[in-house]
Amino acid sequence: MDTELVIEKLRENFGAGITEVVTKSPSRVIVSIKPDLILKVGEHLYKTAGFRFIIASALHTKRGFEIHYHFSMDKTGLVLNIHVVLDNENPQIESLSNMFNASNWIEREMHELFGINFLNHPNQEKLISEGNWAEGVYPYRKKFK
Amino acid sequence: MSRKTLIPIGPYHPLQEEPELFKLFCDGEIVKDIKWETGYNHRGIEKLSESKTYDQVFFLVERICGICSTSHPFAFANAVEEIAGIEITDRAKYIRSIIGELERLHSHLLWVGLAGHFLGYNTVFMWAWKYREPILDLFEMITGNRNSYAMFKVGGVRRDIGNEKIPVIRKILSDVKKKTDLLTGAVMDDPVIHARTKGVGILTKQDILDYAAVGPTARASGVAIDVRKDDPYAAYPLINWKVITAEGGDVFAKAEVRLLEMYESISIIEQCLDGLEKVSDGDVNVKVKEIPEGIGSGRAEAPRGEVFHFVVSDGSNSPARHKIRAPSYVNIATFKKSCIGQTIADATISLAAVDPCYCCTERMAVAYDANSGQRIMNAGELISLSADKSNELKKELNRSK
Repeated sequence: MDTELVIEKLRENFGAGITEVVTKSPSRVIVSIKPDLILKVGEHLYKTAGFRFIIASALHTKRGFEIHYHFSMDKTGLVLNIHVVLDNENPQIESLSNMFNASNWIEREMHELFGINFLNHPNQEKLISEGNWAEGVYPYRKKFK
Repeated sequence: MSRKTLIPIGPYHPLQEEPELFKLFCDGEIVKDIKWETGYNHRGIEKLSESKTYDQVFFLVERICGICSTSHPFAFANAVEEIAGIEITDRAKYIRSIIGELERLHSHLLWVGLAGHFLGYNTVFMWAWKYREPILDLFEMITGNRNSYAMFKVGGVRRDIGNEKIPVIRKILSDVKKKTDLLTGAVMDDPVIHARTKGVGILTKQDILDYAAVGPTARASGVAIDVRKDDPYAAYPLINWKVITAEGGDVFAKAEVRLLEMYESISIIEQCLDGLEKVSDGDVNVKVKEIPEGIGSGRAEAPRGEVFHFVVSDGSNSPARHKIRAPSYVNIATFKKSCIGQTIADATISLAAVDPCYCCTERMAVAYDANSGQRIMNAGELISLSADKSNELKKELNRSK
């Protein structure tokens, strides 16, 4: 499935939920979606389109908490970033870990470092600082003026 | 209720990407559950990276892993060059690939040696590490360092490989190839190694997809993914080589993939050397003025699998966010599938099969009874447990001296 077809299928299935598509090159695409669609988009990519979950990167910006879910289409070399922006006050999003185990640890890590809550995560324990870090203190959060 | 024994493997080793503690919960000889803990030495490299300039980050990420110290700078360079739209020179591409493949050679030899050690084959250990030594000498000759080579920078490499060094490199490679033949023959034909590794620690194709495992771990289960082929970078698109896969998914298949990959690496280096001879000397850098605002995803195939770096630039001279995913992060999680239901003696080699840097296994501390806290066995006894199993098999197969 080439890059254009991947984007076309995403538009076809989730038209209104897609807020922006940026094609930087045939092998690098960023698709911004509404956060409540993440489970359906994840399922489409993993089960139908044959993508592999690489990892997710969270970042704290003035817009709020952003997550880039990186998916790889190994046959074509495409790295597809599914980008969501979460609310600054109460960041939460559905967990992908009930669909595939690959996201289990990184969601725990993002929960621990950024304080993002992953709904229905099978086991949202601390990953990195188990037992030796204060509750409610999130080291990767930033303060903006 | 039967007595559950807790065997801790860890908690700390400094060489791998992640210091770690595996807790094996055992019922008699059989591993019933496995739990993983980390963070004993969380270095906060992603956060540190935000306080370094792009030039400094290379030295930082080089120190994530001591064994595959070039794979992280490789992926980081790919990410930053993607943001800035930099195309490096052909000579720099060849040099980058040469360094990457030499690293794969020494890393795979290191793994074969340690796998041998844990199976009670110390001769394999000594051979493999002896044959690895000339590759480290080669590194010293090319880069000035046996490890942590400091070769990469945005826009190229720091040092050229002079054409006068090429015949020396070819000579050492041809010696390594002969030794690899010897080693591969010894490992692949040995009935005891077959008995200890075939059918042990199996990962199915579905397990690989579920855990998104990468590198030789995935390729040994028939999932032919390799960033060098799928999303080519550096000199790899200019070179003829093939992705090695196996179908078994067990420890033997992983050893087979790594051993055969070494031949591909030697062939890649030889082709890169041919390429170097054709392009002009000294042309290894392009001038980089600034890194513009934007995001970049850099990938590189490390000896253990895909390294992924995600860099967000805000136009300043430091990354605004730098996410790093080492291959062991996804590969280690597969232990839940490969170890449960095995004996402790087989768990040691199953844990090692994804090449999580062996020191973790070396640091097996002491086994305690989970209920009473009484000491049961120590690290040496655990290793000899695995070695004893091989010795018994040797006797059965009449291969003891």
